[in-house]
Amino acid sequence: MKKLDNLVSDLAPRRFGLYGKLWVGFLSLVILAALYAYSRQLRQGLVITEMRDYVLWGVYISNFVFFVAISLVGSLITAILRLSGARWSTPLTRISEIIAVAAIVMAGLTIIIDMGRPERLLYLFLYGRLQSPIIWDVIVISTYLVISLLLLYYPLLPDFAILKKYSGDKPRRQRWYARLSLNWKGNPEQKRRFRRAVSMLSVMIIPVAFGIHTVTAWLFATTYRPGWDSSNFGPYFIAGAFVAGAGAVISIMYVLRKTYKLDNYITDLHFDRMGKLLVLLCLVYLYFNINEYLVPAYKNTEGEADHLHQLFLGEYAPLFWLVIIGGLIVPILVLIFPKGRKPLPVFVMGLIVVVGAWWKRYLIVTPTLLHPFLPIQGVPESWHHYYPSGLEWTITFGTLAMALLIITILVRYLPIIPIHETAEELGITNKSETPAP
Amino acid sequence: MAAENKISYHPVKKDNQESRREFIDKGLKAGLLGAVAAGALKALNSCRDTAGEDGEMVELMSTDGTMIQIPASEVEADPGLKGEHYRAREGFDNRKFVMVIDLARCKNAKKCMSACNKGHFITGDDAWIKVYKMQDSEETAPYWQPTTCMHCDKPPCVKVCPVDATFKRKDGIVLIDSERCIGCRFCMAACPYSTRVFNWEEPAQGETTDIEMVLEHTQYTPDYAGVPSKKGTVDKCDFCPHMIEKQKLPHCVSACPNGVFFFGDAYEDSVTNGDETFRLSTLLKEKAGYRLMEDLGTEPSVFYLPPSGRLADFEEGLDNYTPYESVDKTKEDEKA
Repeated sequence: MKKLDNLVSDLAPRRFGLYGKLWVGFLSLVILAALYAYSRQLRQGLVITEMRDYVLWGVYISNFVFFVAISLVGSLITAILRLSGARWSTPLTRISEIIAVAAIVMAGLTIIIDMGRPERLLYLFLYGRLQSPIIWDVIVISTYLVISLLLLYYPLLPDFAILKKYSGDKPRRQRWYARLSLNWKGNPEQKRRFRRAVSMLSVMIIPVAFGIHTVTAWLFATTYRPGWDSSNFGPYFIAGAFVAGAGAVISIMYVLRKTYKLDNYITDLHFDRMGKLLVLLCLVYLYFNINEYLVPAYKNTEGEADHLHQLFLGEYAPLFWLVIIGGLIVPILVLIFPKGRKPLPVFVMGLIVVVGAWWKRYLIVTPTLLHPFLPIQGVPESWHHYYPSGLEWTITFGTLAMALLIITILVRYLPIIPIHETAEELGITNKSETPAP
Repeated sequence: MAAENKISYHPVKKDNQESRREFIDKGLKAGLLGAVAAGALKALNSCRDTAGEDGEMVELMSTDGTMIQIPASEVEADPGLKGEHYRAREGFDNRKFVMVIDLARCKNAKKCMSACNKGHFITGDDAWIKVYKMQDSEETAPYWQPTTCMHCDKPPCVKVCPVDATFKRKDGIVLIDSERCIGCRFCMAACPYSTRVFNWEEPAQGETTDIEMVLEHTQYTPDYAGVPSKKGTVDKCDFCPHMIEKQKLPHCVSACPNGVFFFGDAYEDSVTNGDETFRLSTLLKEKAGYRLMEDLGTEPSVFYLPPSGRLADFEEGLDNYTPYESVDKTKEDEKA
């Protein structure tokens, strides 16, 4: 019982300290600025962005693809690692589910931000046509959101029950924990159902996760445009998504370990393992990148040649090489050595990977649109390029801040390391639970 | 299927004068000409021998050019091309509209653009008709290439629309219902011909006085694109069903001083630019017509005739060609 007390006092949600409050304040400010920018967009239209008839999708869409990519981490850590019996990842499951839920919620919101007529959102359900990849995206993203929420919530049931017991001094919160724990007693029947539900959800979420990002890739691949017209796009996006998601988990687990002094739970071993995982994912993604760029470059058809020239040597070359080398090759080179897999370098690499992943989506969306089949003529000179406007950036940063705020709030009120599962693994029994017969 | 329903007409003669007369003859039935005359014809054909009770007679020209008198009561109001069951989403019965653009005639006069802009009250930065300066390779000659919406028979834009806002009609026309469009712009990404434009802001159509007049008489219908254009929705060339309905040619066709644009009906196998009429199949065969990006399988309804045997040499750096003049700007825009 003593041990469980320690565990709970280590892992129970805690009030924000000064930095926590500053952080929330900062995020709120960014979100407020974005709300102002969005209100201008609602009034004036998408003209406040720098998107025009040629670059018809810009930073909003690349941001959307980024969020979808990040959300895949929920399935990677909770489902794939769980099913493959990698017990070391247990302390990371809650973090990754929280990230997944925040990211998929923001993916949905971001796509609404990009709509010219957001008030017609319901038309997607009233008049939806199944042959449109957008409808596939609507279906599969909402499914993924539901499964992710369940996969976040179920493992919380025993934790809520524990927290209920330990929050006697705060009756209001105790009532909430009691309600949320859905009468979890921890009897064998409940445990049996619980294990079945979680493993079923873990299996179910994998095809849906592949679905969301494959469909997102198909939004591009189902068009004719050079740079998008690729049968490689589905797996290419999935591979990239796992890289981005792993980077996100690494970054956030490092911050949480520092802030909440969780060194005993998120250990150097976790960074070592996540570092190795990230190397593997980066290598797979590198492989898909080579496929994606080398084969068209070899053939060098007219449309592809223009597109690739712009990426390799032209306007987008500095960004392109920064993303490929900085965001992919450098992390591989650093993390392949044991010394590179200490917490700090892993954190830095994780952060770089996430930033690189964001820009990578930008490079996938925009340059292609600057190379339509018919030349860009008879339009203002500025339409030949795309530099997002200040308001566009403000809204985009707002969505990123919103995702971080959702994560922060969930971290504030939920145990970020699963208490019950950790207790089980440490062999600590919770006496209030009925022991197995 | 629909092709079997086509009405056959007399062969079109090569002589321009002759062919024009033939076209008018057909037009009476086919409905590309004056409404009253068509009504009269219907009255004649109906062969009812009830004389007008009030005895009032009207004088009309028959199809062979002779003047005849018939009782006024026999002249029925023209039902028009629309017919009783016309729906904007379904289109005209037994029609398959096509366009032929003769690149050999195009001198980049851009009258098509200004007429189209005017006819559809386009005020944005991007016209629906564009005239491209094309040069396929360094060794080959440059030429001007006007593009409208291709009104593809396998339209990639329609395929990707999530809410059925853009649709293909049985008469071949692809339209946009701007009261349905959610502004996702997937259709624009899907269109390989860059033909679609977006209303990034509230269209400044209020400044054009004419649209008020049109709007007063019309409920919104997708077959009159641009009346009105709506913020946050996609617009494009609509093949002017509102002109076809009045049995007139689309704005670009009648405005072109060089007769570049031919419009017509594939079932009738005829196209006209207002001055000359050709049998579509013969024209395409003799002039080696083609469609843009045939390899994509979109099957456009717009055919091109190659720029060979041109009326005028290509003027390099044509004086009136600047990279920014797709749309006649309002005075305020010019100041800004």
